[in-house]
Amino acid sequence: MNRFWSWAALAFGLLYFILPLWGMVMFSLKMRRGVLSLDAYAKVLGDEQFQATFSYSTIMALFTIAFGVLLVVPTAYWVRLKLPGLRPFIEFVTLLPLVIPAIVIVFGYIRLYNTSSWLPLTGSTMGTNILLMFGYATLSLPYMYRAVDTGLRTIDVATLTEAAQSLGAGWITIMTRVILPNVLVAVLSGAFLTFAIVIGEFTMAALLNRPAFGPYLQVLGANRAYEPAALAVVSFAITWVCMGLIQLFTHFSKHTKAAR
Amino acid sequence: MNNDTPPARRLRLPLRWLGIAPFLLFVTLFLILPTMNIVIGAFRTADGAFTLQNIMDLGTGSIPAAYWISIRISVASALLGCLVGFAMAAAMVLGGLPKWVRSPLLTFSGVASNFAGVPLAFAFLATLGPLGMVTVFLRTQLGIDLRTLGFNLLSFWGLTLTYLFFQIPLMILIITPALDGLKKEWKEAASILGASGPQYWRMVALPILFPALLGTFALLFANAFGAVATAIALTGSSLSIVPILLFAQIRGDVLGNPNLGYALAFGMIVVTGIANGVYIWLRARSERWLK
Repeated sequence: MNRFWSWAALAFGLLYFILPLWGMVMFSLKMRRGVLSLDAYAKVLGDEQFQATFSYSTIMALFTIAFGVLLVVPTAYWVRLKLPGLRPFIEFVTLLPLVIPAIVIVFGYIRLYNTSSWLPLTGSTMGTNILLMFGYATLSLPYMYRAVDTGLRTIDVATLTEAAQSLGAGWITIMTRVILPNVLVAVLSGAFLTFAIVIGEFTMAALLNRPAFGPYLQVLGANRAYEPAALAVVSFAITWVCMGLIQLFTHFSKHTKAAR
Repeated sequence: MNNDTPPARRLRLPLRWLGIAPFLLFVTLFLILPTMNIVIGAFRTADGAFTLQNIMDLGTGSIPAAYWISIRISVASALLGCLVGFAMAAAMVLGGLPKWVRSPLLTFSGVASNFAGVPLAFAFLATLGPLGMVTVFLRTQLGIDLRTLGFNLLSFWGLTLTYLFFQIPLMILIITPALDGLKKEWKEAASILGASGPQYWRMVALPILFPALLGTFALLFANAFGAVATAIALTGSSLSIVPILLFAQIRGDVLGNPNLGYALAFGMIVVTGIANGVYIWLRARSERWLK
């Protein structure tokens, strides 16, 4: 009886999850009347605006990841090594972006960094891009920090550092050749999560008026019928690939550790 | 020796702090200051003088209705998310399902909890929208017209149903470790003492899980309350919830008073802040039992 209800709960849940995904896929295939075709995909992928916004978001994601790694890895390392008492405080700060809605943060950016402020980032295209990247880095901070911090927990930071130092390594060598390789898996999972967040992000890009993929999706959704469904499928696939890669790398690292 | 240590430490302290200086600088500039700017703006008049008028003005015009429907949607989607998510997680952990169910379900939950925003809205439009697969199927095959039944995707229930797509997986991800922490011995001890299944749940398991459940509810609430993209892509601006109102305000000052806009944003921080505070507090309590 118990097992019956378990299967029922699972089936009910799965039905709820599968229906929208199925609906989305089927709808995206129905552009040509009466038959299933990939027309919507062909149309969307051939759209110049799609290519432009998608590459823009991809490049932004890569920069965000690079910046996030540069910011988070040394900080998390340093806190573990030298300032362990500060960990709760830093952890709390990194969780703040989950508490403060993104729309409020970007509202603050627009107020604080407008053309008449002391740091007029929104005055130029490059400045706005940089501001948007900082915004993305803020959004991904909770995930990035937690991933890296979990990675650091599994290695003996102090011993590794002392060993490297006694062999004459400087801080940069320690970071790039000792710490980073050891937490690479953690960094990668943070990176893929960041990628998944940035690629579809809407609020910040829309309010800063940058031609990102998220706002493009929204405009397309307001004007077209079948293409949005095709792009939703593409987005879902991207999220799935990112998560799949995280799982794969985590799995992979477990095996290498067990073999040692 | 003893005399040397204090000055050396005093010298080293600033250097230690230098290591996290870039982080603190970034967080201050791009997280704390922007938020503080909004908060302070909420308590200022256009001339910069201190006032509580903006906060009081939140009670005027369309704003209370926007907060009310936002809170209702967040409560409904958090409650249903908790219920369904709990049922699925409990089925997976305790319900005697085969072991292979676990890993794919958790992976899928990881994906689905991150599949929010604009694409999610499209998926639901393609399914339950006026021309969606399920809508059309019900109408042509079964003769059930969702519209005459009063269902509209661009409404309270439509938005709630859509939000559940990321709420349920989040619940599964958070509550599974708590369910894993329920010790077998507790159940055995309870049944030796003559407790029935429901009695075990009512008097042992649920009291232990209660902080975790309530805390996750608070987290899901905040999660739904701050969601912007899904709502905008789904409803345009036809459903006036707080994030959509704030979005319109930032774009074009629809309230006609910038400082009222800051108060609106401040109200959002207060609501999500309280919800997250409850979550953090209750999580600390639940970890006492579930190690």
